[in-house]
Amino acid sequence: MNYFLTEEQQMLRELTRQVAEEKIVPVRAALDEKEEFPHEIMKVLAQSDIFGIFIPEEYGGLGMGSLELCLAVEELSWACLGVSTTYAANALGTYPILLFGSEEQKEKYLPAIAAGKKLVAFALTEANAGSDAAGVQSTAVKDGDYYILNGTKQWITNGGEASIYTVIAITDRSKGPRGASAFIVDKGTPGFSFGKKEKKMGIRASITSELIFEECRIPKENILGREGMGFIVAMKTLDQSRVGVGAQGLGVAQGAVDEAIKFAKQRVQFGKPIISFQAIQHMLADMSTRVEASRALVYAVAKHIDSGAKDFSKVAAMAKVFATDTAMKVTTDAVQVMGGSGYMREYPVEKMMRDAKILQIYEGTNQIQRNVIGQALIKEAVSRENGS
Amino acid sequence: MRIVVDNKLCTGCETCLSSCPYDAIVLKDDKAFINEYCQLCRACLEVCPEGAIKEIETGVGVEDTTDRDSFRGVWVFAEQRDGRIADVSFELLGAGRRLADAREAGLSAVLFGADNSEAERLIHWGADRVYHSEAPVFEHFNDEPYVELLSRLISEHRPEILLTGATPTGRSFFPRVAARVGTGLTADCTSLEIDSETGNLLQVRPAFGGNIMATILCPYRRPQMATVRPRVMKKGQYDKTGTGEILKIKADDIQSKTRVTETIKEVSETMVNLQEADVIVAGGRGLGKIEGFQMLQELAGLLGGAIGASRAAVDEEWIPYSHQVGQTGKTVCPKIYIACGISGAVQHLVGMQSSDIIIAINKNPDAPIFNVANYAIVGDVYEVLPVIIQKLKEVKGI
Amino acid sequence: MKIIVCIKQVPDTAEVRINPETNTLIRDGVPSIINPFDLHAIEAGLHLKSELGGTVTVLTMGPPQAEDALREAISMGADEAVLLTDRAFAGSDTLATAYTMSSAVRTIGFDIILCGKQAIDGDTAQVGPEMAEFLNIPHVAYVGKFEEINAGMLRVQRLMDEGYDVVETSVPVLLTVVKELNQPRLPSLKGKMKAKKSVIKKLTHPDIGTEEKNLGLAGSPTQVKNIFAPEAKKDRKVLTGTPGEQAAQLIEELKSLKCI
Repeated sequence: MNYFLTEEQQMLRELTRQVAEEKIVPVRAALDEKEEFPHEIMKVLAQSDIFGIFIPEEYGGLGMGSLELCLAVEELSWACLGVSTTYAANALGTYPILLFGSEEQKEKYLPAIAAGKKLVAFALTEANAGSDAAGVQSTAVKDGDYYILNGTKQWITNGGEASIYTVIAITDRSKGPRGASAFIVDKGTPGFSFGKKEKKMGIRASITSELIFEECRIPKENILGREGMGFIVAMKTLDQSRVGVGAQGLGVAQGAVDEAIKFAKQRVQFGKPIISFQAIQHMLADMSTRVEASRALVYAVAKHIDSGAKDFSKVAAMAKVFATDTAMKVTTDAVQVMGGSGYMREYPVEKMMRDAKILQIYEGTNQIQRNVIGQALIKEAVSRENGS
Repeated sequence: MRIVVDNKLCTGCETCLSSCPYDAIVLKDDKAFINEYCQLCRACLEVCPEGAIKEIETGVGVEDTTDRDSFRGVWVFAEQRDGRIADVSFELLGAGRRLADAREAGLSAVLFGADNSEAERLIHWGADRVYHSEAPVFEHFNDEPYVELLSRLISEHRPEILLTGATPTGRSFFPRVAARVGTGLTADCTSLEIDSETGNLLQVRPAFGGNIMATILCPYRRPQMATVRPRVMKKGQYDKTGTGEILKIKADDIQSKTRVTETIKEVSETMVNLQEADVIVAGGRGLGKIEGFQMLQELAGLLGGAIGASRAAVDEEWIPYSHQVGQTGKTVCPKIYIACGISGAVQHLVGMQSSDIIIAINKNPDAPIFNVANYAIVGDVYEVLPVIIQKLKEVKGI
Repeated sequence: MKIIVCIKQVPDTAEVRINPETNTLIRDGVPSIINPFDLHAIEAGLHLKSELGGTVTVLTMGPPQAEDALREAISMGADEAVLLTDRAFAGSDTLATAYTMSSAVRTIGFDIILCGKQAIDGDTAQVGPEMAEFLNIPHVAYVGKFEEINAGMLRVQRLMDEGYDVVETSVPVLLTVVKELNQPRLPSLKGKMKAKKSVIKKLTHPDIGTEEKNLGLAGSPTQVKNIFAPEAKKDRKVLTGTPGEQAAQLIEELKSLKCI
């Protein structure tokens, strides 16, 4: 379908698809099997300028927006969600600097990020702070020119591999949600170490680790925004990245549909390719329709964000929910279309199905997303009533 | 001569576009147009439903200025490495004798480096005469001294036909010789015949990765030069009592701008020299795991063969790239090629389809590898090969 | 350092077939690509530039649509691109091609010239060494590794059938490269954008000072007499039965062929 992409957007899509086909598809099964971080692929992405797309030109990036990031994430996810999660988590970790960083912080960090020389991670989640972000227990106590960080972050994507971490910690517990602050922490800072590496069901090419801060002293100029802005930083960051998770769902779902169709054309049963049976055709038709609907929604929301919209929490949540629920459904159906073969690791769809599950969980579960949408609906209804 | 489109007849139907292997026909103002990519292969002539594509004489062609009749004899450039003559040289003496007889001329060999006993072997393998230089500059292979001396010999002795093996050495320096003496060179020939009418050398070679064969002529320039694929030509009769003359050639004044500082024999555990092996046992994606190659290794060991692989197996890192057979790997033509779990993508086939005997083992009865196979075994490699290995051991009494 | 990479746009040969009935070629929908070995030459050029400084110029000879290949090379990082295009070049064999290319290279200026080891449509591997001859510079074919890179001297590994030679050469030099040398990079996004806007320099016969008698057909000593389909296997035997039976039949066949 024609989504009126510009020439540059088409180039970006073409290039990321080329990376996906030539560099990711051949190794994705092995990366999954060995639970191996995709170092080589990260180098390719860096060299192809794909890390720089959403970073302003003055910092060495390409100055593109949300839609372009979605296009890249979609194509990478088409091949492997583990790889695209690594890439997308880098963007997630970078947004706090992009949105709230000082000029000095931007100049210090963004060029290396745009060039793909340094990978970033975003650290909010803790043992007692998942969907309830207010449960954060890590603390940052001011001590002269430093903050002293203590606490443990868990399930941090890119943890250990990233060079830069954007971390949310409590600076003043008495202020409740307004008592959190966001910091940039460099890998190698004394007192900052990594705990266990998680064993996951899917996205096994991505790394998920524990971050441990023990009397970790970070310079006070590493705070993002002002003290007390931590949760605003986190929420705005998640708002910004949410549509990208939708793009991940879109990509993996498209990948699964493509595999299912390819298989159904070749697989002969009862003397005919199974694609000639309506039972299969109808499944493929539903799968494809859902994918196209996801694409339309994800692109529309990304364009809405790029238009400079102020409040897009609701529509971003819609894109995430719809596209990731689609991804789960479509990857599961792809396994079904391919039958026993689909269930075997020889074919890529069982991995896609395992991978897709995380999309309904991370960066705000789909239940939380529905809360966001629901609350926005209430707010809109109230403002309409008040307005009339 | 030139291929042109008659615009009056061309309907712009585009039929010819896809017939051109060189992408030389394009549509211009709704008419077919043949551009400068045209290699005059004439593939398009017959496909045009309107007969609009024609061959015309332009009067432009290679000037026939060479005094062709003054060139006589067939020469084989014998390649040596570490003082030993490569086998392909003896194969070429076999082919060269046949061509020389057809032209009622003599057969000579040229040898740079190596000692006199090697030069004698060329006589035993059929050469009437050997031009031999033992100059130290030929200890290692450097292009420039080879080009310089061979070009001098050509100018002086004027051979009609000059052949060498299509090996890295031959394919590196022969083009320079051709450019130096201003004649044509045909690469990697698989068949050589004399055209009985014209006396020209008909040089057949594969193109497009072996999907197409082409016959090449060099009608107006001499010598007619070709590099010839190893293991294609039959060796001549070896005759220890054969006689001939060995002419020693001086080359003291010849220098090189390149210098070989080391020659390294790759001591990979398998010692692959795929191009020389009589038997190749090759594995593909169908093996499913790296351990499959151990089984292949055992079979290759029993047959005295080398190990090959498809690109898929190399991409899986089951085996190093040096074993890869196919378009982006090596081209091989052993006596026996055993393809195990190789589906037979065209890229692989072009690298091995000229093998004498191809044995294919694959689960999928529709695998394209079976189209080129002499012996087709539809079955699981892991079920069939162990039995073959077992039976081979019995035969060999191991 | 002026680095020139010679490339060729070729049909993806794996797709080209001949119809054995009519002896005509079938290449419906076969895409044109940069000759795969030339991608390694481009990568080598970019690598040498990063070591020695200078510029990378890609050069091809062909019809106007060969511009696509040049733009792709720019998107990988080449600085500029030159297309040699002229009706007078039509029908060139390797000798005429090498003559024309070397004349162009002389016009552009050069220190190091890189070529892929061969083009996958013709598989001749002759144009590179012939160019070096016309330019009267040394060449090293089948370069599989750079051991040492200096402005005045290169030490490289030349792949041979059994192993390799370490070869030192002075500069200027022409190298033909093999797949083992490197892993070609993919285009970059900035490169693609630059390629889109780049002006491809075009050179014709008068621009490069060539002599008409050495160009195209007039300069091509070899001629294609005819093309035909390779012989197909006629005598295929299918060995059936249990794995044991299949194996036994094969052993018998191998015995009858005197292979064991």
